[in-house]
Amino acid sequence: MHEMSICNELARMVAERAAADGFASVRRVVLEIGALSHVMPEAMVFGFDVATRGGPAEGAVLEILRPPGTAWCADCAASRELAARGDGCPVCGGHKLLVTGGDELRLKELEVV
Amino acid sequence: MCTVCGCGQGETRIDPDRKFAGARFEPLDAVAHALAPALVSHTHAHEHEHSHEHEHEHVHADGTMHRHPHPHAHVHAHDGGHLHGELHAHDAAHEHDHEHDHDHDHDHEHDHDHDHDHRHADPHLLPATASGLSAPGIPESRLVRIEADLLAKNDAIAQRNRAAFAAHRLLALNLVSSPGAGKTTLLVRTLEALRTRLPLAVIEGDQQTSNDAERIRATGVPAVQVNTGKGCHLDASMVERAFERLGTLDDGVLFVENVGNLVCPAGFDLGEAHKVVVASVTEGEDKPIKYPDIFAASSLMLVSKVDLLPHLEFDVAALVANARRVRPDIAVIHVSSRTGEGMDAWLDWIEAARTAQGRSG
Repeated sequence: MHEMSICNELARMVAERAAADGFASVRRVVLEIGALSHVMPEAMVFGFDVATRGGPAEGAVLEILRPPGTAWCADCAASRELAARGDGCPVCGGHKLLVTGGDELRLKELEVV
Repeated sequence: MCTVCGCGQGETRIDPDRKFAGARFEPLDAVAHALAPALVSHTHAHEHEHSHEHEHEHVHADGTMHRHPHPHAHVHAHDGGHLHGELHAHDAAHEHDHEHDHDHDHDHEHDHDHDHDHRHADPHLLPATASGLSAPGIPESRLVRIEADLLAKNDAIAQRNRAAFAAHRLLALNLVSSPGAGKTTLLVRTLEALRTRLPLAVIEGDQQTSNDAERIRATGVPAVQVNTGKGCHLDASMVERAFERLGTLDDGVLFVENVGNLVCPAGFDLGEAHKVVVASVTEGEDKPIKYPDIFAASSLMLVSKVDLLPHLEFDVAALVANARRVRPDIAVIHVSSRTGEGMDAWLDWIEAARTAQGRSG
């Protein structure tokens, strides 16, 4: 479960920021996990609780935004939404797709006290 | 439910015959509601987690019956744009679909899928008295924008590795596959074929044991074993440390054999020039669409153990078509470590990758 190591990294980033900005605790952590990223939001929720224990984000609410996947369809010559990798173009069904977005894995913001 | 204004934020509704627990709400909303009762316009984005349990009853052919509880948990995150205006009138129309798949094993096996859709439009008006001008005991919070990639640290080290490999004119290949696809055997054959022509080295990743590094060293090629312990993938920092231990290597090829895993290594750049995925014909043709991230990240798919094809019902064309569904430009080479079939094509591919890197570097 690589989500665990990503959660550990998230906890480290939050603690580093807390030390730099001088806030004591975090109420809410907002992540962006694109629909085509290699990370499972469910596993992040699980890992988050474990990884943040004893640090400033302990007990914080984890909020996950899920931008949709987007791809350029070479057959349609148009940008399309893509629910998952391996799916065809929702319009023409073709697979000549170049993923253009939706693989985000970002810490967007913190609500801190 | 929002504890200050009671607006139902985070409330989760599911089928009435199921229990649920663990709805979450956001403290910010509670604060915002409390501090600015009227004319507050804010958006709730939220995530709910709910787990529920339901019972299954089975009647077997011989008439025995058993029941068992069946817990499952799921989370859905949504960016629910419900706005609150004056008097907290809100029209929280959120819609969510979710699907559960669950498999369970007992003496007979069955899968079931169920979809459910639930919509709730719950316009409700709260009296202005529901929220005062301040909520005692709730300290003020502030937002800190970060906008940082969660893999930024790994990616920075990967870039450092990439620069080090380029400085030594090394082609670095990250070999990935499920356990048992034949990566190590194929690597041993590859090293035997190349070792008189090129400087070579190997970084071996496994959870435990140094068996693979020992197999590699038996070919005369230097190898460093990285044991990831509980880790399921190599990361850039492990490769950086292993590379330091390898000693000097120039104008050759560095093979990194990742932990056997088709999921986790996909997201971790090690600084390699290419990921090469090994898929054996003893696996399913649908591996690329079951594990699309790793195939999407790979430049080349080596279809391994092709000497076994006469004994198997395996549709190679379907495997290749599936790989191209997730990565239209993936190169494909069929190989057999046992018969040597396809080895020349694989060595040519390596040579072409070295040339391409030399040109761009």
